[in-house]
Amino acid sequence: MLVHLQGPWSPLFGRLTLASIPYANPIIIFAFAFSAIAGIAIVAPVLYYRKAGYIFREWICSVDHKKIGVMYIILGLVMMFRGFVDGMMIRTQQVTADGPASPGFLEAQHGYLPPSHFDQIYSSHGTLMILFAATPILTGLGNIIVPLQIGARDMAFPTMNAISLWLTTMGAMLIMASLFIGDFSDAGWVGLIPLTELPYSPSVGVDYWMWAIQISSVGTTLNAINIIATVIGMRAPGMRWDRLPIFTWTTLSTNIIGLTAFPVLGVALALLGADRYLGTHFYTGGMGGNLMLYTDLFWIWGHPEVYFLVLPAFGILSEVIPTFSEKPLFGYITMVAATFAIAGISWSVWLHHFFTMGAGPWVNTFFSVATMLVGIPTGVKVFNWIFTMYRGRITYTTPMLWSVAAILLLLIGGITGVMLANPAINYTVHNSVFVIAHFHCMVLLIVFAAFAAVIYWFPKVFGFKLDEAAGKRFFWFFSLGTCTVFIAMFALGFEGETRRLDYLYDPDWMPMLVIEEFGIAFYCIACFYFFKMLFVSIRDREHNRCGADPWGTARTLEWMTHSPVPFYNFAVTPHVNALDELAWRRAHGYADVVPGRYEPIHMPKNTMVPIIIGVMSFAFGFGMVWRIWWMAGLGLLGIIAMVILRSFTPDAGYTLSADDMRRLEAEASRHGIVPDTHAPLPLAEERLV
Amino acid sequence: MDAGPNFDGKLPPLWHYGETEYDLISTKTLGFWLYMLSDALIFAGLFASYGVLDHNMNAAGGPVAAQVVHPVAAFGQTVAVLSSVLAYSLATVALKTGNKAGVMLGIVVALVFAAIFLVLEFADFQTLFAMGATPERSGYLAAFYILVATHGLHMMFGMLWMLVLLPQIWRSGFNTDVVTRMLNLRLFWQFQASVWVCVYVFVYLRDSIQ
Repeated sequence: MLVHLQGPWSPLFGRLTLASIPYANPIIIFAFAFSAIAGIAIVAPVLYYRKAGYIFREWICSVDHKKIGVMYIILGLVMMFRGFVDGMMIRTQQVTADGPASPGFLEAQHGYLPPSHFDQIYSSHGTLMILFAATPILTGLGNIIVPLQIGARDMAFPTMNAISLWLTTMGAMLIMASLFIGDFSDAGWVGLIPLTELPYSPSVGVDYWMWAIQISSVGTTLNAINIIATVIGMRAPGMRWDRLPIFTWTTLSTNIIGLTAFPVLGVALALLGADRYLGTHFYTGGMGGNLMLYTDLFWIWGHPEVYFLVLPAFGILSEVIPTFSEKPLFGYITMVAATFAIAGISWSVWLHHFFTMGAGPWVNTFFSVATMLVGIPTGVKVFNWIFTMYRGRITYTTPMLWSVAAILLLLIGGITGVMLANPAINYTVHNSVFVIAHFHCMVLLIVFAAFAAVIYWFPKVFGFKLDEAAGKRFFWFFSLGTCTVFIAMFALGFEGETRRLDYLYDPDWMPMLVIEEFGIAFYCIACFYFFKMLFVSIRDREHNRCGADPWGTARTLEWMTHSPVPFYNFAVTPHVNALDELAWRRAHGYADVVPGRYEPIHMPKNTMVPIIIGVMSFAFGFGMVWRIWWMAGLGLLGIIAMVILRSFTPDAGYTLSADDMRRLEAEASRHGIVPDTHAPLPLAEERLV
Repeated sequence: MDAGPNFDGKLPPLWHYGETEYDLISTKTLGFWLYMLSDALIFAGLFASYGVLDHNMNAAGGPVAAQVVHPVAAFGQTVAVLSSVLAYSLATVALKTGNKAGVMLGIVVALVFAAIFLVLEFADFQTLFAMGATPERSGYLAAFYILVATHGLHMMFGMLWMLVLLPQIWRSGFNTDVVTRMLNLRLFWQFQASVWVCVYVFVYLRDSIQ
């Protein structure tokens, strides 16, 4: 059954030999040095201040949905930074490798990256940005915000939530390992078939790509189950479906997509795995395989995945824009309907990723029309946001700037998307960088919304605001970079540049390539301001402390509890009376009413099980990649054993008494709330009656 | 949209005192239904792949579907699966009266039938391997084996679940955790049986009459 491989194999180390470590490549040595220094810079202070135990007990073992969400977002931001470095390398290679006269450095004939290395870089750029940057950031936001918005104490399954996080993290760790041990896939983030088959990609690169995605997508599927069960089962009293905040609606629809789409990706990659490990012929050219089977299965996941990412972004815009327009969201019901319309259509458009594959005119027509239909609910959303801003009292805080720019990007990306939905145009620009520019506008809209969300909800989670001055510079340079890179890229697409080129044959493309490189420089400046924003804000955090509602005009339930949110979320579960509960309470003068008494509450305990399962899954993945069977087997058996062991030790959790609650609430008020001079003192509910 | 109710000057209910009572069993069961939805999608992908690869050209000159599938042999497996489900369902009937011995007997019988199923399936595979119909022979055979074996894997998983459940029932009786697990396992067991019915119809019956 097992495929016989060329090259050395030993029972102890599998395919792993010293030669697998690319220590002769200066770029990788530099990357290793950079990662090592960054790692030391993070670990050293933790050890110096003797916080290792704290980090382990209170974060790594945490089942608190907010901490898990924060770790998701940190993972996403770190991976986004690595993905950005990949993007920078791609752009620099193209600008240095344009035309036959372009010089070659290192081992490359043109530019500084040999073809195989360049291919690995764009493959990891795509995989990282979609699956390990955007997905964790949005999952993390859903984790933090959704239970707060519906007034829940935690997720439905807190331990499973932590398991999801660690599975996703271990997927990312596998990709990081591929940088220094062995190589990464050079078949694109979509896994171009049959290039990913063993005869064409005999190294471990494709295996890294495959197992990283498999492990992390199990995490994403479990998280989807968790969020859906939370929204359905854990809403506070009075939180009817027609009072559910929009972000919760979009996260719900997104996770319905995730729950139904990720298993299909699992199948697509499992069959590829069978081909690579067992020697079957699902996707091979000969022996009865079918190449298009992979492409179809992959995109049946791949297109819903796009909406999996964009819907929470729409939800974020729908929260940020009303807050900073000081108006309720225009067209709540149409917004919900549009969200589910997009989610529904997402299942019937996948073939537009390969119109040119000869499915025939009727099939292409169906998918073309279905794709254009997406424009209708999306248009509804855009108009709803514009009408929300219309005659509103707009304040251009940083989250609002990101949101307005996101709408502009959505317009550019959406209209070019409708162009691409037309097969006649698609045949012309297929595989050109026009397509790349289009989907980068869409993905960057998600990134813009994600930054809006991070800045908007940061004070809720940490209790102090991020620095607005540095944040605005970060926004402007990031936007400048986006425009410069991708407007030039649209033009290059029309000039005929195809995607994934390590060498560009046409010297006439040079001016646009140089402009793109300038855009990358703007992105680098934006990166600097991002770190400056974090640094300045953390340095001046005592000065920037804020109360429960730091923006003063927020509308939903999460802004009713302290900032930072205590681990139990709400001391007493709020009773929901209206859509936009906080705005309703403010309008009726109830905003300052605090609960009259406290009752004991029940909380889950932190546990080591999730991180152990995560480490086992890494061992399983690493073992499978290098075909170290004992390691993979131990990892898999370890996961099963942990689940069984846990089922024998019931987690009773612990109870906080009413006295504990009173003490904790008093502490949180002292710590968090800045006295608001023009508001009356908080009233206890009993005294008001 | 929703201006909120009118309370005529009285204070509206702003806080819900006391622990909000969530129904633990129903939340976990909902979670399990959602898991089964994702599992159903895995089988949907596998059935679709089988449909795509179930043509004579995908047999690549090797054994075609009609030579591989034996509806009579699979009939035995079908009886075993359905008997196992029946036994497990009888166990859940005994659960209603809190009859510990009846529950455990039902689960043991379900286990035995599941084992019989796996033995029959293994024997079927042995016969096929002997005639050279191995998974690496052709795209068709790969799809056949992966579909049937994924179902078999679900059987093994369910058997492991029963083996874990038996000592828990023995030790701690019918507490919330145990009952939740039993009810979810009933869902899972009927789910895999439904999948087997689809396998039997779409793979064994449909292809044997071609």
